[in-house]
Amino acid sequence: MMKKRTTLILSILLLLLLGVCLLSLSWGTYQISMEDIIKTLMGNGTKLQHTAIFRMRLPRIMVALAVGIALSTAGCILQSVTSNELAEPGIIGINAGAALAVVLLISSGGANYYEELGTWSLFVMPFAAIAGALLTAIIIYLLSIRKGLAPTRLILVGIGVNAGINALIALYQLNMSKGDYNRVLTWISGSLWGSSWKFFYLIAPIVLVFFCITMYKSKQLDVLDLGDELATGLGVRVQRERRVFLLIAVVLAAAATAVAGNIAFLGLLGPHIARKLVGPVHQRQIPVAALLSSMIIILADSLSRNVFSPIEIPVGITISIVGVPYFIYLMLREKE
Amino acid sequence: MNKKAYLLAISCSVVAIVGLFIAVSQGAKSIPLQTVIDSIFHYEEVLDMQLVRDVRLPRAISTALVGGILGITGAMMQGVTRNPVAEPSLLGVSQGATLAIAITFAFPTLAGSLGYLGAALIGATVSGLLVLAFSMQNARNMNMSRLLLAGTAMSTFFLSLASVIALLTNKSQNLAFWVSGGFRSADWKSVSLLVVIGGIGTLLAFLLSPRINIVNLGEDVAIGLGENPVKVRAYTLLLMIPLCAVCVSVAGNVAFVGLLVPHIVRKVVGQDYRMVLPFSFLAGATLLIWSDVAARLVNQPYETPIGLFTSLFGVPFFIWMVRKEKG
Repeated sequence: MMKKRTTLILSILLLLLLGVCLLSLSWGTYQISMEDIIKTLMGNGTKLQHTAIFRMRLPRIMVALAVGIALSTAGCILQSVTSNELAEPGIIGINAGAALAVVLLISSGGANYYEELGTWSLFVMPFAAIAGALLTAIIIYLLSIRKGLAPTRLILVGIGVNAGINALIALYQLNMSKGDYNRVLTWISGSLWGSSWKFFYLIAPIVLVFFCITMYKSKQLDVLDLGDELATGLGVRVQRERRVFLLIAVVLAAAATAVAGNIAFLGLLGPHIARKLVGPVHQRQIPVAALLSSMIIILADSLSRNVFSPIEIPVGITISIVGVPYFIYLMLREKE
Repeated sequence: MNKKAYLLAISCSVVAIVGLFIAVSQGAKSIPLQTVIDSIFHYEEVLDMQLVRDVRLPRAISTALVGGILGITGAMMQGVTRNPVAEPSLLGVSQGATLAIAITFAFPTLAGSLGYLGAALIGATVSGLLVLAFSMQNARNMNMSRLLLAGTAMSTFFLSLASVIALLTNKSQNLAFWVSGGFRSADWKSVSLLVVIGGIGTLLAFLLSPRINIVNLGEDVAIGLGENPVKVRAYTLLLMIPLCAVCVSVAGNVAFVGLLVPHIVRKVVGQDYRMVLPFSFLAGATLLIWSDVAARLVNQPYETPIGLFTSLFGVPFFIWMVRKEKG
């Protein structure tokens, strides 16, 4: 019964995602009609259409897809590991750690953001992000241990660390010129501006590998949800599994942050709606959540590009504006 | 009053006064102490004295007042919510005020008719009422992480909207200075605003303090003693709104002061809010005077935003506090 339902939901979501992608391909300063999109994808478009789709819009959508999958999976994991429905890599400072590392890397090279990034720094960027996120995660983890790891403490410490890192980034930022400042601001708030195929090739393998690992280990996540005692009773080494899952979440969040900046709340929206649709079993929840988050980010990105065109709003900000009311609604509804 | 409290009062006052003198005389241009004293008692139209009278002195007094007011707001919020993290910037109230200020940036005509204070007041009211909605809903088990998560979410929301507005009007760096706090624009007008609104608010806070004491004993005990905790909590929040607004309109968002100060004060003088409030004022003022001195001197002649300073030492304290808390 549930299996059938999941298949149905997955196929509906896939269709919707396809629709959103087509919308995103056609909507922009340069409008492209549906027929032209299909023609171009078949390889028969004009040169202008070809450039707009293959060089600009399609890579952007693909990067958004990867980012959506990465952040929603990281969110699913963190919500189980911290046994808190409201956990998310953006709130507890992991994204901020990655962002700080990338800002430091880019600024130290003296390069302009994105455009003039050499191949070398482009290649190093995700690893710097992962290093920064990992370091942050280790700090949060160590600071929250006190006679064992209390999940609530992990979140509170994370919120504090997040505030601290953001202050550091701001300190760094305010010394920049206005142009640099706006660029970094855009990136810090999460943006897909300037995404190219290179970014996609960079993070797609990371996201794919870790997504598969998470799916493979999804049963352990289910068991962790049962609580420490029961999980131990069922033969799961709770603390060890927690660390492993934390590591996976960190890598995924860092990969996403490396290309798209600090996007908050995306890791919250997808998993939550997914849980409502298909229940709390991770094997079903994770893929549904991934589809949902990807859809949300692609849609939000189309809005960010076009609503105030020619000015582009960072997609992370659009997601926050939508995500926070939902988050607050969740909190008000949840009665303890 | 015990011995430790006396000691705290005296040492805070001494440190604060020394700090005030340093704040006035040191800076991008250092001014000898004699000139400082002269400019108060025998004023002449020389550059140094003008600098002291029109820039340094109002700024120093503003920092002291803002620090004191923030200390008091933090103390009373923590008292009525019995929540150690209750503080205007962590709850998102300051950020609400910041958003309103960003909006007035974008529409200069609005700034003319409202002024920053009016805008900050509206923003703080909206966000304050949201916090009120939260804390009313289930006050009995309003725990630390829920309140904080709600606060973090709300600040993200307000700051996101503010960034959109700033990006559209190409004023994001101006906004950043409000978000990270600073006393660059403090003048005698800010001092008088702070004195009037802060003075009335502080007075009301002192009048409320016996009732805060009762609510602080817990929901059931308070009801048993004939006090309506919901009412006191609502009064306190309503009092916090103008106090927070006036601070934001003068100094932007200065985080963590309202968190840090009352905790230290309670360690020394105990749980009696009739004592905690005045001591929080004193300690908050001292802390902010010295933070502003540091913010101006660390990277001379540039100024580091003071809110970043207070965050950088507030965060370790916050984490230490979280670790101490059970569960």
